[in-house]
Amino acid sequence: MTQAKQPIIQIRNVSKRFGKVTAVDNISLDILAGEFFVLLGPSGCGKTTLLRMIAGFEMPTEGQIFIDGQDMSLVPPNKRPVNMVFQSYAVFPHMNVTDNVGYGLRIAGVSKGEIRDRVAEALELVKLGGFEDRMPDQMSGGQRQRVALARSLVMRPKVLLLDEPLSALDAKLRAQMQFELADLQDKVGITFVTVTHDQDEALSMASRVAVINKGEVAQLAPPADLYEYPANRFVADFVGSVNIFEGKLTLDEPDKAAVDCPGLGKIYLNHGVTGPHGADVWVALRPEKIYLHVPGEGKAVRAAAQDAPDGHNLARGTIKGMSYLGDITLYEIQLEGGQMIRVSRPNLSRHDQEDFTWDDKVSMHWRADSPVVLLS
Amino acid sequence: MFNRTPIAPLEYTRKLWMRSWVGLTMLFLYAPLILLMIFSFNDSKRNVVWKGFTLKYYEKALHNDSLVEALVNSLTIAALATIVSLVIGALAAVALWRFRFPFKGLVEGTMSLPIIVPEICLGVAFLIFFAKVDWPTDLPWPLNLSAITIAHITFCFPFVAMVVRARLASFNKEEEEAAKDLGASEWQAFRDVLLPHIRPALVAGALLAFTLSLDDFVITFFTSGPDTITFPVKVYSMVRFSVTPEVNAASTILILLTVILTFIALKLQGVKGIAETH
Repeated sequence: MTQAKQPIIQIRNVSKRFGKVTAVDNISLDILAGEFFVLLGPSGCGKTTLLRMIAGFEMPTEGQIFIDGQDMSLVPPNKRPVNMVFQSYAVFPHMNVTDNVGYGLRIAGVSKGEIRDRVAEALELVKLGGFEDRMPDQMSGGQRQRVALARSLVMRPKVLLLDEPLSALDAKLRAQMQFELADLQDKVGITFVTVTHDQDEALSMASRVAVINKGEVAQLAPPADLYEYPANRFVADFVGSVNIFEGKLTLDEPDKAAVDCPGLGKIYLNHGVTGPHGADVWVALRPEKIYLHVPGEGKAVRAAAQDAPDGHNLARGTIKGMSYLGDITLYEIQLEGGQMIRVSRPNLSRHDQEDFTWDDKVSMHWRADSPVVLLS
Repeated sequence: MFNRTPIAPLEYTRKLWMRSWVGLTMLFLYAPLILLMIFSFNDSKRNVVWKGFTLKYYEKALHNDSLVEALVNSLTIAALATIVSLVIGALAAVALWRFRFPFKGLVEGTMSLPIIVPEICLGVAFLIFFAKVDWPTDLPWPLNLSAITIAHITFCFPFVAMVVRARLASFNKEEEEAAKDLGASEWQAFRDVLLPHIRPALVAGALLAFTLSLDDFVITFFTSGPDTITFPVKVYSMVRFSVTPEVNAASTILILLTVILTFIALKLQGVKGIAETH
């Protein structure tokens, strides 16, 4: 994906209040031309309000939105160079597919011949060739969504806005559409801005993700950074599954650090965290980054010594719960201190030799670069 | 007859009590009307006992100039009242659905008042109102019908508004936003998206308004002058002298008229569309 690093949308100190409720709280961010930008957050976090302000269906209480350098403050939705795919798809029920997709072009006064060509092209793009005369009530949810997509793409907007585009589809179709949307975006080169509450969706499609919490941007980063280097507890917890332990920063040098966690013992890191000494911090540890061992064989100790030369990231516990998910198995382990920790383990072979089960005593270790120290 | 399959527990339509109940209901609803129609062919001035078949009272009714004039008046009033009620009613419904404004509840309540207020009160109110404002009564046709038409609009448009309002409740606002998003102006979005959605309600509302206006007696009685007799008022004055089969014939014509109009409207719209409204 080649990207022109020009901001196509500039959001400047935008707030939106509905009465006493602040839906969007002083957000500023740039969306670059050609990128697949995702606004991710729990329901009610203000992400949809932000999208609707870009489309022009809500007016910011404060701040400005620029699209392609133009201030949109006084531009109504029908005059903005953006198009939106609505959560309900909002396909016009009394028009067939051709009329639905050609609607915007008809309004714009495009000639009939050109409308025909562009509608055919758009339908081809979303793989709906042959559906021209279908009425919306004769189509499945997935097909209706493609109509909505084609109807927006046919306008050749500078930015395509998508409001929870996959939430109404079943799991299989959703996974397929994730790939198709990313592929489509690559093909047409239009900037996509998507709103979703589903972290899988965000991680799989986005070039950059803005995690929104309570109307503010909690973190803006590419998907991998979001997952591996969360900026705070909210992001660490919202994106993916995580174990979070409270502790005190006892050592912080450029190439190493240590956190004393009452629940987990001392945690060693092979990099500095640049936090105030003795500060209250949180350590985030992803379940898949913890290795499980049968205790008493010294394997855990040897592995830990190898992975963390400065100290032993080791823990012991008892398996209290497990759920087999096919590709991985998830374990709930009670640490010796009483706290629970989640560990996931890929099922690499059909018959795992080291099958763990309920009430087994286990040892755990993790690499020194796995934990993330969070200051907020 | 003898090889019938037994009636399953949920086959209500085959049960005797259900069938007789439906039959009784139908009888209750339609027996008077059917009797009225039958006796319009009765060859008897008194019209109490059946004396034989004749069409002469239809002929008589159709040659009764004042009766025909009354019918034309009625149809004119109904048509005008329907058109105006549709516009006012639909706009009122859209406004109430679309906007939030102070005293909205009050506006909504007062708007449906003409449905609730007893007709006799409305009739008297209109009588006094038109007298007070000195509404001209000597205008040429059809302007002389203006007082009755205005009165009819008053009680017809709330029905249109009600039906349209109900239909609007099922409208997905995102469709309108989608239209605007694709470049449509406020008016284009209304014409292309909202109007098609409420069309069945408009047909149903028009039907309601038309029939309500056509057969209104009480309010019309109070607002009509000597030259502006409507069909129901005329029939009433005929009945006061005697119930001849001519009255039956005239009534039968009116019934047929309404049935045919309803049928056409349903055909135009598709019965499904109207059923969806409710």
